[in-house]
Amino acid sequence: MKVLVPVKRVLDYNVKVRVRADGSGVDLANVKMGMNPFDEIAVEEAMRLKEAGVVSEVVAVSCGVAASAEVLRTAMAIGADRGILVQSDADLQPLAVARLLKAVCDREGPALVICGKQAIDDDANQTGQMLAALLGWSQATFASKVTIADGQATVVREVDGGLETLAVRLPAVITTDLRLNEPRYATLPNIMKAKKKPLDTLDPAGLGVDVSQRLITLKVVEPAKRSAGILVSDVAQLLEKLKNEAKVI
Amino acid sequence: MAILLIAEHDNQSLKAATLNTLGAARRLEGEIHVLVAGAGCAAAGQAAAQFEGVAKVLLCDAPQYAERGAENLAELVRGLAANYSHVLVPASAEGKNLLPRVAALCGMAQVSDVVGIESADIFVRPIYAGNALATVKSIDPIKFLSIRTTAFEAVGVAGTAVAVETIAAGPELGLCKLVGRELTRSERPELGAAKIIVSGGRGLGSGDNYRRVLEPLADKLGAALGASRAAVDAGFVPNDFQVGQTGKIVAPQLYLAVGISGAIQHLAGMKDSRVIVAINKDPDAPIFQVADYGLVADLFEAAPALTQAI
Ligand SMILES: Cc1cc2nc3c(=O)[nH]c(=O)nc-3n(C[C@H](O)[C@H](O)[C@H](O)COP(=O)(O)OP(=O)(O)OC[C@H]3O[C@@H](n4cnc5c(N)ncnc54)[C@H](O)[C@@H]3O)c2cc1C
Ligand SMILES: Nc1ncnc2c1ncn2[C@@H]1O[C@H](COP(=O)(O)O)[C@@H](O)[C@H]1O
Repeated sequence: MKVLVPVKRVLDYNVKVRVRADGSGVDLANVKMGMNPFDEIAVEEAMRLKEAGVVSEVVAVSCGVAASAEVLRTAMAIGADRGILVQSDADLQPLAVARLLKAVCDREGPALVICGKQAIDDDANQTGQMLAALLGWSQATFASKVTIADGQATVVREVDGGLETLAVRLPAVITTDLRLNEPRYATLPNIMKAKKKPLDTLDPAGLGVDVSQRLITLKVVEPAKRSAGILVSDVAQLLEKLKNEAKVI
Repeated sequence: MAILLIAEHDNQSLKAATLNTLGAARRLEGEIHVLVAGAGCAAAGQAAAQFEGVAKVLLCDAPQYAERGAENLAELVRGLAANYSHVLVPASAEGKNLLPRVAALCGMAQVSDVVGIESADIFVRPIYAGNALATVKSIDPIKFLSIRTTAFEAVGVAGTAVAVETIAAGPELGLCKLVGRELTRSERPELGAAKIIVSGGRGLGSGDNYRRVLEPLADKLGAALGASRAAVDAGFVPNDFQVGQTGKIVAPQLYLAVGISGAIQHLAGMKDSRVIVAINKDPDAPIFQVADYGLVADLFEAAPALTQAI
């Protein structure tokens, strides 16, 4: 069976975020970009399913600017068989991405889509659920363990009170949580090999998808800073401050 | 037009997050209708009817909602949504799972983690792990909002109860089945609702240490226990203890960070706490930049001493 893994190019999670002074957004010029960490986990999970003989082909898909090809190469270096870039300079919001991915699914016919649970730039946590809705498939979000057998996925999910196990009929959309696996590093030979793997480029118009914005960003600002606190010298002073100054205990 | 709020409940009563979401709904104009969908949830429906600001409760009691799976619930809410200007859920695991599915079925966008409501169609939300706040305007006819509960006050009980109207159930789609649930049992307050949180990180070194050092402190303070991702990944505590960008968002009166360095992803989940205390042996740990009171010390001495002194 075929698995589709959507991967997003985002600001590297170690980079300090700079909000532009004019309120127009976050400064992304000349900063390190990379694959959304949850999507690395998704690619890794797809590879493990392939290595276990459950999956025959892993296709990575990224929607965005031309440079998104980089994260597709990374996915292929981890092991994905090929990549699809849906190229667009538009600000692609989750519903638009879900529609693009739906169109790609209609062409590719995967039995499973493994998304990240959230992109660490927009922190939306929407795309996988939206894609499942548009496809009419079941969804298993926030996965920390996935087992596939007999046309069914058994997924352990991280929920508020603990864990929940779902049996979902395939085809389905799964979204990854942090503890699903630890992604492998791409080795140099595999990075070289990835350069030769097929990468197709599509565009929203060709897929018949309208990607216009539904949410207009009016401004982006830095949140209020906490004012600096003090260092206390010992436990006794800490307790005194908490009781008499902060009055929290 | 009216506002639809999808209640989170355990069939008997409403989850605390729902009351904060009601607080957010009251910032909008329009009657608030609360949907209580479940199996054997009449008591939760009655409970919902008691709260301030609620104009009507819609009760949908059917077996296909017993497990609260997104597929069946989304189909139900899709049928109702056209009558509303806004559809709200708490930004909890359940709300995050459900609402995007409803929005997509309606062909509309969702605004996630709303922390501010400026008007009927303009909302404020954090992006980049809370390093930036975006003000966005929604152009869709129905606004689908997941509410960050720490940003809104919970509503209280009103003098009188409003009407509970029973509504017809949607289809059982048969897409998904719950096989099991392993919920963390605890006598302590829920992380999201706790006034005080004692949170531990990798500095604790092991699950045994975590329990030995932090549980007595939490007991003395009547606090909930939390953790950093590193502590969860290392297996010290269950996953639902995780506070942060991709874990729980909390804002207690007092947050004690013990052996936590203060990575940006952790700060994203707790920096709106009223008072932050950090105990860390590294004076350069970034947690001290957000702490109101910092104590540079070995936690294995300082935490038990604090427990003793309280
Ligand atoms: C996509 C993504 C999402 C993430 N989401 C989250 C999230 O939601 N929540 C989260 O917490 N993290 C999250 N992280 C991880 C985050 O980046 C950090 O790795 C993590 O928070 C570190 O946890 P820590 O502070 O416990 O460990 P460390 O950074 O290792 O810090 C341990 C601290 O303990 C101190 N210490 C050690 N021994 C002692 C002692 N005896 N006495 C006193 N102090 C001591 C050390 O000085 C150090 O400061 C995420 C990361 C990524 C990439
Ligand atoms: N532009 C994109 N291209 C490919 N995949 C995406 C894109 N945006 C979001 N996704 C996928 O959807 C997940 C959730 O993103 P979000 O809903 O934006 O938080 C990500 O982890 C990706 O797997």
